[in-house]
Amino acid sequence: MTNICLLMTSVGLMVASGLIALLVSRWPRVASAMGCVGTVIGCGLGLVPSVRVLLGQPAEVLRLAWSMPLGDCVFVLDALASLFLVAIYSLCGLAAIYGAEYLQSYRQRRSLGPPWFFFNLLVGSMVVVVTAQNAVLFLIAWEIMSLASFFLVTFEHEDEGAWRAGWTYLVAAHLGTAFLLAMFILLGRASGSMDFASFGSMSQPVAHASLILVLAVVGFGTKAGFMPLHVWLPEAHPAAPSHVSAVMSGVMIKTGIYGLLRTLTFLGPPPAWWGLLLIGIGLVSGVLGVLFALAQHDLKRLLAYHSVENIGIIALGLGTGLLGLSLQSTPMAVLGFGGGLLHVLNHACFKGLLFLGAGAVLHGTGSRELDRMGGLLKRLPWTGWTFLVGAVAICGLPPLNGFVSELLIYLGALKGVRWATGSHLPLVVGVVVGLALIGGLASACFTKAFGAVFLGEPRSAQAAGSHECGGLMRLAMLVLAAGCAAIGLLGPFVIVAMAPAITVVAGMPSESIRATMAGPREILSAVVAASIVLLVLTGGLMVFRRWLLAGRDVSSTVTWDCGYARPTARMQYTASSFAQPLTWFFRVFLQTHTKLAPPVDFFPASASLVTHTDDVCREKFYRPMFRSVGWLLSRLRWLQHGRVQIYVLYIALTLLALLLWKLE
Amino acid sequence: MQVWTDVILITVVLTNLALTGLSSLGTCIRVMALQGVLLGLITIGVQREQLSLHVLVLVAGTVAIKGFVFPRLLKRAIREAAIRQEVEPFVGFASSLLIGSLALPFAIWLTGRLPHLDAGVSPLLVPTAFHAILIGLLLIVSRRKAVTQVLGYLALENGIFVFGVGLARQATFLVEMGILLDVFVAVFVMGIAIFHISREFDHIDTDQLSQLKE
Repeated sequence: MTNICLLMTSVGLMVASGLIALLVSRWPRVASAMGCVGTVIGCGLGLVPSVRVLLGQPAEVLRLAWSMPLGDCVFVLDALASLFLVAIYSLCGLAAIYGAEYLQSYRQRRSLGPPWFFFNLLVGSMVVVVTAQNAVLFLIAWEIMSLASFFLVTFEHEDEGAWRAGWTYLVAAHLGTAFLLAMFILLGRASGSMDFASFGSMSQPVAHASLILVLAVVGFGTKAGFMPLHVWLPEAHPAAPSHVSAVMSGVMIKTGIYGLLRTLTFLGPPPAWWGLLLIGIGLVSGVLGVLFALAQHDLKRLLAYHSVENIGIIALGLGTGLLGLSLQSTPMAVLGFGGGLLHVLNHACFKGLLFLGAGAVLHGTGSRELDRMGGLLKRLPWTGWTFLVGAVAICGLPPLNGFVSELLIYLGALKGVRWATGSHLPLVVGVVVGLALIGGLASACFTKAFGAVFLGEPRSAQAAGSHECGGLMRLAMLVLAAGCAAIGLLGPFVIVAMAPAITVVAGMPSESIRATMAGPREILSAVVAASIVLLVLTGGLMVFRRWLLAGRDVSSTVTWDCGYARPTARMQYTASSFAQPLTWFFRVFLQTHTKLAPPVDFFPASASLVTHTDDVCREKFYRPMFRSVGWLLSRLRWLQHGRVQIYVLYIALTLLALLLWKLE
Repeated sequence: MQVWTDVILITVVLTNLALTGLSSLGTCIRVMALQGVLLGLITIGVQREQLSLHVLVLVAGTVAIKGFVFPRLLKRAIREAAIRQEVEPFVGFASSLLIGSLALPFAIWLTGRLPHLDAGVSPLLVPTAFHAILIGLLLIVSRRKAVTQVLGYLALENGIFVFGVGLARQATFLVEMGILLDVFVAVFVMGIAIFHISREFDHIDTDQLSQLKE
């Protein structure tokens, strides 16, 4: 019992400290300290039981004495929940430390109580979401989570863009919840109770289970950001304060993945097309996500599209695992689910780091525009180097953590090539090809982002006058960078530690999982050993260089100085020109709008180029759809009189109609 | 005992009908007060066992609040907001009365259709409750002034009260205290709202509040 009690204590502590922060919002420093310290202590408290259970302690159930409507108030801390909890607690604790410094710059303009209150509420509700074992309790926590993050997205509410982003997010979140509500009602009607335990123990026909899976994919996929449902993501992430973007992108969207996995445990043995569906979604989200990221000019928006990409990678892993289950291929299932689950943890780590880095850049320069930056590595060395670690990790390059999880998914799909037959084969091969394409494009994208922001010469006065962030923000970024390196270098041990969580999802004994992991373990050990040798060599060379240069004069000069008499920053490649060959190649998908006024004559006076890439789903699908819905609803304007009497009449007539209908 | 309960219930129905047909605000409030006192008596009528202390306290509370405190508050609201002593209906008095009378057979029919509604005390209890609720809704919908809407709200609450008295015999005390508190708050809120609306806009026609739409 101690584990889950610690967990509940941590939730209580965080919510209580958030409330106190709200009450003392008159004193911004006190409110900030209160909110931050509460979250950090709460996360520390919660991390202990989560790690214990993740590493193999038995699952625990807490049944509270008061009852929810339609069921009991039950919490369960099992290996699956604890995996997500480790990600939530680690990232949120660090984000709180970061936020304590980050929000200080808003102190003059804005009360700091509310953002801390909603931040703590967000963290607490995420913990409840992944531990709740009753549909009603789950939905309540889910809704609190959506609302708390909505208020954080609209933190800078005088900004028109933030406001619009907030509304987009709110609408998307509620449409998603509507699907979840339908799903839970179907499950509840079939099992006669709203408890997850009863969902799991019933047997249902495949058609019913498939309907539930589709509802879950749409409902949870909206939160997670599967490709056609992702439209809120690139709006909301840039609008929120950076530590909140890190939490939202790093862990909040993962609650969608958690929900999907939890639902899969209710549904019994999967037919093959479920796996193929998830693989398809993963391919679309992964490839298109990274392509749209390539075309962005806004650093945080670019990162938001990368979240879509990484959710795609996770979906590829889960799809491979599901296909493995239905083909009864243990290696496919174990490696697919293992890779997907580990990528959840890894993405929390590196995407959290990257968003915090983007926040530090925004903090230092006051801008998110890639083409206004440059040369920041000299001015913001801590931010720059930690950002580089995150960028390498997200591209899936060894020896960092992204490589470990992507390797598992690769291996799962490669094993699958041997098991899959006929129509399944193209998609299984598609996983391998898609992952390779995603990895390549991601490397291109982060070369662009890192190059444009940190290398070269400053492109604007803001970038030239930028300043490094303080100790708290550095600490958070350093710890996350260390986490990326640690998971990468300890890869052979980490993948074995995933066994209990895989057991919950795939329902296999942990011995066979460990046996399956033996192969990948060897590969990873070899890669890690080679990486360590490489790192040691590089370190040795650096020491050698320093030794060689010890007695000599070393002078440094501007970048791109090679012989130009009057070098200017505008001679550099811009972010968009760097990405242009790729965006041109994929122009069919991207539909970039270009406004070009080319230079004319021999002595051109002025020329300009503006490119702008809208979200195709948003422009081509959602905007027309909502416009026609709006038009239809405006036909009903005559219902609104502004007369209280008529409104009461509407209510009375509705009640009467319902009464008569029930009596029939 | 049941005869007297029936007589009281029928009187409640009559007071409800009177509310739909009366044109003077002052009389309406007096009828409302009478209805409050009658409700207190019903509480005694439906008791099967000995009268206990809590029932007596409840009766006293009901009569005091519904019979005296509310009417006084409403009168004061009228006086302070300087409202004309007319009801000003959207639906005429004769039509209101007709609708009110038709509501009675509807309420009886509805009671017949409802499953397992055994009031035990009197077959008239549930129809009376429904009738009061319908009349309350009618008053809210068809009258122009905020004060008359308060009256409609009171009638509706009285209906729920009758319902509660008859059916929730185990938890009577809790239910009724809850309702009393509810109405008390409602009257206070609406009283204050009326006062403030009349002070800000110089009238309390909810009709003209429709200018505030959007």
